[in-house]
Amino acid sequence: MNLLARYAECIFWMARYMERAENLARILDVQETFARDSKGDINWFSIVQLYADETAFFERYSQATAETVIQFYVLDPQNASSLTSMIRAARENARILRPWISTEMWTQLNVFYNKLLELKPKDVSARGLARICAWIKEECQTHTGITEGTFYRDQGWYFYQMGKYIERADQTTRLLDIKYHTLVPSVGETHPDGSPQDVSQWCTVLRSAAGYHAFRRVYPRGMTPATVAGFMLYNEGFPRSVVMCVRQIDGFLTRLRSRYSLRRGSEAMETVDELLGALLSRPIEAVIREGLHEYLDWVQRQLILITTEIGQAFFGLEPPAPAVESAPAPSQSQTQGQSQTQTASP
Amino acid sequence: MTGTKAVDLLSSYDSGVYFDELFGKPGMEAAHTALIRERLAAIDFDDLRRRAADVERELYNLGITFLVYSEKDAVDRILPFDIIPRVISAQEWAHLEAGVQQRVTTLNLFLHDIYHDQKILKDGIIPPELVLGNANFRPQMVGLDIPHNTYIHIMGVDLVRDRYGTFRVLEDNGRVPSGVSYVVENRHMMQRIFPDLMQGIGIRPVDNYGHKLLEALYEIAPASAGGDPQGALLSPGAYNSAYFEHIFLAREMGVPLVEGRDLVVENDRVYMKTTDGLSPVHSIYRRLGDDFLDPKAFNPDSLLGVPGIFDAYRKGNVALANAIGTGVADDKAVYCYVPRMIKYYLDQDPIIPNVDTRICREPDALRYTLDHLDELVVKPVGEAGGYGITIGPRATKAELEDCRAKLLADPANYISQPVVDLSVCPTMVNDGIEPRHVDLRPFAITGSKTWVLPGGLTRVALKKGTLIVNSSQGGGSKDTWVLEDRA
Repeated sequence: MNLLARYAECIFWMARYMERAENLARILDVQETFARDSKGDINWFSIVQLYADETAFFERYSQATAETVIQFYVLDPQNASSLTSMIRAARENARILRPWISTEMWTQLNVFYNKLLELKPKDVSARGLARICAWIKEECQTHTGITEGTFYRDQGWYFYQMGKYIERADQTTRLLDIKYHTLVPSVGETHPDGSPQDVSQWCTVLRSAAGYHAFRRVYPRGMTPATVAGFMLYNEGFPRSVVMCVRQIDGFLTRLRSRYSLRRGSEAMETVDELLGALLSRPIEAVIREGLHEYLDWVQRQLILITTEIGQAFFGLEPPAPAVESAPAPSQSQTQGQSQTQTASP
Repeated sequence: MTGTKAVDLLSSYDSGVYFDELFGKPGMEAAHTALIRERLAAIDFDDLRRRAADVERELYNLGITFLVYSEKDAVDRILPFDIIPRVISAQEWAHLEAGVQQRVTTLNLFLHDIYHDQKILKDGIIPPELVLGNANFRPQMVGLDIPHNTYIHIMGVDLVRDRYGTFRVLEDNGRVPSGVSYVVENRHMMQRIFPDLMQGIGIRPVDNYGHKLLEALYEIAPASAGGDPQGALLSPGAYNSAYFEHIFLAREMGVPLVEGRDLVVENDRVYMKTTDGLSPVHSIYRRLGDDFLDPKAFNPDSLLGVPGIFDAYRKGNVALANAIGTGVADDKAVYCYVPRMIKYYLDQDPIIPNVDTRICREPDALRYTLDHLDELVVKPVGEAGGYGITIGPRATKAELEDCRAKLLADPANYISQPVVDLSVCPTMVNDGIEPRHVDLRPFAITGSKTWVLPGGLTRVALKKGTLIVNSSQGGGSKDTWVLEDRA
């Protein structure tokens, strides 16, 4: 049986929101623990920049302090990219998908969300943040594990995986982009091996992506901006590297189309292939020389394009009017799928 | 209460003048529940309470909930579940099953008749204006033939038991009756928390409801579908208060749960939008009222329906369960005539009698109702969910006067019935076990023939003394056990 287009979209976005939530929890956690600038202060504003949320943030708060940034990203129901909002969005999708996903997937998300709603602002103060972030990260990983162990492998599985890896690739490029520019104000000025302060900052980047130990295994000595960026972009064994993610997207999309003889999706396929080819053809030194930010921005736009093309091919979404984009791409979000209608019981 | 055995609580239990579902009544002791009573009495009250708390948490975690809308937002609520079961003997059930089958058969004959020759109207058994002038009568259905002449594929019959132990029909539900998911889920809950109580009792299973429903959907699918029709469940969406039930049934049947926007009609055929484009749909269990089904044929403002689906239906390219236009058969005014219909179509007496009902559109009945307002239950004919009901003996003077004014303004909108002393069942309350009123909604599925799910939904009025069991009015539910015939 073919998958209902709306279900495919809900599955795709459920996976994306869960992946995004896990990444945000990681970033908040590591920020609190490791990310201190030369004066020993934590630069909380960098998180707002990371997600290109400056406008939304300053509509609600006047200053980026530990307190405001944490509230904004953990509990704030009006911030669509807060953890609470993302888990709510994931749960709403799961609620729609209950006939399709396993009972265990639904129950875990339902219980997780209900626990999240019980959190009070005092529970997520800077002091309690690490504990809360660890808990959220674990719940997201539990979701991933339950999904792996119980989700029936039909078309839905492929859309889930594509959503997860597109989001993961996007998160890695964002993390790398903002950290690189926070740490390397103008390329070429810094010491090639990095000051001790820089090294600790690069450790933070790697820890945010759970990549520190893996990096050390590849580069036992030293740490330069180029090796860290190269590792996060291109490493073939690191589960959060962009290349690793795009290979996964490529594999799942190919198998989805062939196994179910789906006629659509060739545009998305071409874009994925093109992205993968581009990623594999440029050494990191050349990328840095020509501008890492521009490169990462291009990768993000390709991921957005892939999402759009997947939507048009499989979710029944009409092509949108062409939009002129110049600012950093904000995080994408779901367009249809979720029911907007409210009715009384018939 | 620590250490109190249920037996202590049950020994001081007093069901008063009401018929008791666990104990029966002096002269009519419930012999079939003896073993269950004995086992129940052996369980410590704290243990019972713990099990009740476990169930509540589990229902919430599983999201077996319905949405309640407040001014600000929608809240998930569980339907309160009482862990003490309601037990029906094999003999009682044989009687009820036959009665429900008789009723479903009759209403289907009635619907076929009024949408074809209208003999029952011509023979003066039912006032024509009551049928033809009914808001739920669909002129579009006149002359249309549908598979097996079955209109009501899914029926819920609300039964109550009076103080003499007689079951009576309180209401028919022939449009989109809900509650069957709770029947199956309640049983799952009981199996998890009360294996000791259920062991060896011989309880008839309820978990094949989805299978029977899918079978019926296949039986009514158009021949053009071939041997492998595509079924679907059409839901108003995730914000509908019965959404859990829609999920449950779609999952049990293994069919997609679709919303109106997932379906399109092309060349009078219905398709769903899939990842590989349009895919045909042949048989639809729709949980959407007639009004919302097709903005082109019915309410043009409906955003939930599928434009053109009625034309596809009329041409026999898609089956709908229930059929369009069944609302005229479960109307509270038409209800009064069902015993006469049974006589007319089947030449039988009703196996399960109605509650004595007066139709206020008839002058004598109106006069009687106005004269005995403080003794009667007055119900508007068009409302569901227990809304708009005045229970005479419990109403204040002002409420009675309000009711009188409404009756005089629009008598045809009301019926009246004596207060039925609903039977009671032992129910867990804060500090013990007390009698609470219950009703019973058996569910029947009809494709080419009628099958009745053993038991049904027992709803319980959790508030002391109240007779209204509807979930929207604070009611809960119990597991309903039909015992196997071991004779």
